[in-house]
Amino acid sequence: MNPFTTDAARSLPGPGWLAERRAVAAERFAAADPPTAAAEEWRYSAIADFDLAAYQLAGADASFPPDGTWAGVDSAANGAVAAVLDVADGRIVASRGLDELSKQGVQVGPLVDASDGAEVLGSVADEASDYFTVLNDAFAGCPILVDVPAGVTVEGVIAVRHYAGGVGAATFPRLVVRVGSNGSAKVLDMQRSAGSALVVPVVELDVGQAARLGYVNLQQHDHRAWQIAAHTARVERDAALVAASVALGGGYARTRTDTRLVGRGASGDLLSAYFGSGDQILDFRTYQDHAAPDTTSNLLYKGAVGDSARSVYTGLIRVRPNARGTNAFQTNRNLKLSEDAWAESVPNLEIENNDVRCSHASAVGPVDPDQVFYLESRGVPTPVAERLIVSGFFDEVIDGLPVPSVEDAAREALALKLNQMLKAAA
Amino acid sequence: MSTLVIEGLRASVAGREILTGVDLEVAAGEVHAVMGPNGSGKSTLAHVVAGRGGYDVLGGSVRLDGTELLGMPAWRRAEAGLFLAMQYPTEVPGVSLLDMLTESVCTPEGAAVAERMSEEAARIGFEEKFLERPVNVDLSGGERKRNEALQLGVLGPAFAVIDELDSGLDIDALRFVGARIEDATTHDGLGVLAITHSSRVFDHLRPDTVHVFAGGRIQQSGGPELADELEAEGYERWTGAVPQPDSDAGTTPFTDPFGDPFADLLT
Repeated sequence: MNPFTTDAARSLPGPGWLAERRAVAAERFAAADPPTAAAEEWRYSAIADFDLAAYQLAGADASFPPDGTWAGVDSAANGAVAAVLDVADGRIVASRGLDELSKQGVQVGPLVDASDGAEVLGSVADEASDYFTVLNDAFAGCPILVDVPAGVTVEGVIAVRHYAGGVGAATFPRLVVRVGSNGSAKVLDMQRSAGSALVVPVVELDVGQAARLGYVNLQQHDHRAWQIAAHTARVERDAALVAASVALGGGYARTRTDTRLVGRGASGDLLSAYFGSGDQILDFRTYQDHAAPDTTSNLLYKGAVGDSARSVYTGLIRVRPNARGTNAFQTNRNLKLSEDAWAESVPNLEIENNDVRCSHASAVGPVDPDQVFYLESRGVPTPVAERLIVSGFFDEVIDGLPVPSVEDAAREALALKLNQMLKAAA
Repeated sequence: MSTLVIEGLRASVAGREILTGVDLEVAAGEVHAVMGPNGSGKSTLAHVVAGRGGYDVLGGSVRLDGTELLGMPAWRRAEAGLFLAMQYPTEVPGVSLLDMLTESVCTPEGAAVAERMSEEAARIGFEEKFLERPVNVDLSGGERKRNEALQLGVLGPAFAVIDELDSGLDIDALRFVGARIEDATTHDGLGVLAITHSSRVFDHLRPDTVHVFAGGRIQQSGGPELADELEAEGYERWTGAVPQPDSDAGTTPFTDPFGDPFADLLT
């Protein structure tokens, strides 16, 4: 029996407006055709293997994350953390530091608690709606809002940690970050899971005039889990967004990133470090949309694939007719660490204004043998040399993470995964 | 007494024989210069001895204190006591000098590598700030060569193959680096095989023995005075008289595929 019905959506906890919104989305979803690999945006994806019927809606009795779930990232981020909100299978299970933040007028918690929650939800993501964002609209159990008022600077990191614990369960994390004009915040969004979960997150980043937002998504799903995520952002006049992801987990993990620069002088720095091993498939679709003059976007995605893992990067820079003075850059570099690994990189430009500076670059290749030889000739054993070079390859991204306190955790997570792979190969 | 013994070493690249039978013996504490024109295969000798991939070893042996190096991966050769100072040291983005030297099997467990790096840097005038950079990244040619000498100092090998010491080095740097290497030969018994196309370097690194290298092998050996003869007469005597290793290739000098593509323009 299909659990993803309109009735099921309507009966999730929440106020009337949300029940209505969910029901409408569920109807739309039921009427929509599932995507197929024939569609350009799903090319090279694993969508042909997707079977929603294999999952149940995560229940209210879902388990708490087991002790140690956040080990590694917990202590690393601790010193600089202003607040933590833990969400497990669509329920808030723990929090700290929220009261202190609310004294500054900063609200972190259920979106339905905000007086204008109904207007905020979907205000960014609705413009990038697709089959899976609609599914999230229908079944997101507890949308979270991080709301930073105009003129407020939050010094510490706001960490929202999503955990999917149900075997065979589907969860729909929803995170909305709104930074008012001249406000400033750093948000760390962590995603972990146990077992064969389906996780369909939607993130909305609303960066107001002259505001600054640093966002880091640290994805460490179980290797049996599927993730199909949409990260959407709208950046207003003179505002600056730095949005980064470190993507390590998931059997199939797809992240679609839509960044719309809608106000003059807006900028978006987009970073990602991803690493696939085993038979993982990591899939990234990025969209840099320049919809106003003098906007700047700078994308750097660096990935590595080993064993028989695969990665896909396809990116589009779009410069709209009115976006004169645009600076848009897109770089994707991939290391292929084994014969059976496979990486695809497809950059695209669509430019409708002549007064622009745009470039794109992409590369897929093995670890540079000259670099390996150099280290070996100093007495560094071959596998250690490869580990050092691959870790170093990611440095450029890790050093640029807008949440500095997560750098060490990200480095350690990458190194741990790399070591496991090299050990298994040896 | 440790020795590096090369016997009958033959190697090819892409089917072309470049080393046609190299015989050479260097004892601890000695500096041997291998001099030859561009394209004679000198750098290939350095690479084959150090164990770089891409060459087919056709025969012969390279033994360090009796241990056969051929067939070993490059890092095992380093472990056995060999060091290669490269002509154009490679940039390794994202890897720090400290991490590289700490991970070397030549570095004893628990060694104070950072302190040793600072000491060696001071000895050769390598600026401390460069120690923080990823290996060779954003270093000038001269700084890279100082970096090679610094690593030699920290790793303390038994033998060093030094490929074109003076490429990219200004006179001051050459003096520092030359003095550091000479000091290692005197005090630590370092044996040196210095590969060079000109005797300019001998003011700062004095050879005990000079070998003329042409046509993929050593043509003549002698004392430092041989270098003076070469300086006066050039290599023509050798390149003209010696049959080239591959008759199809005529007298076209060999360009090492792993050498710097612009090496000829720089020299």
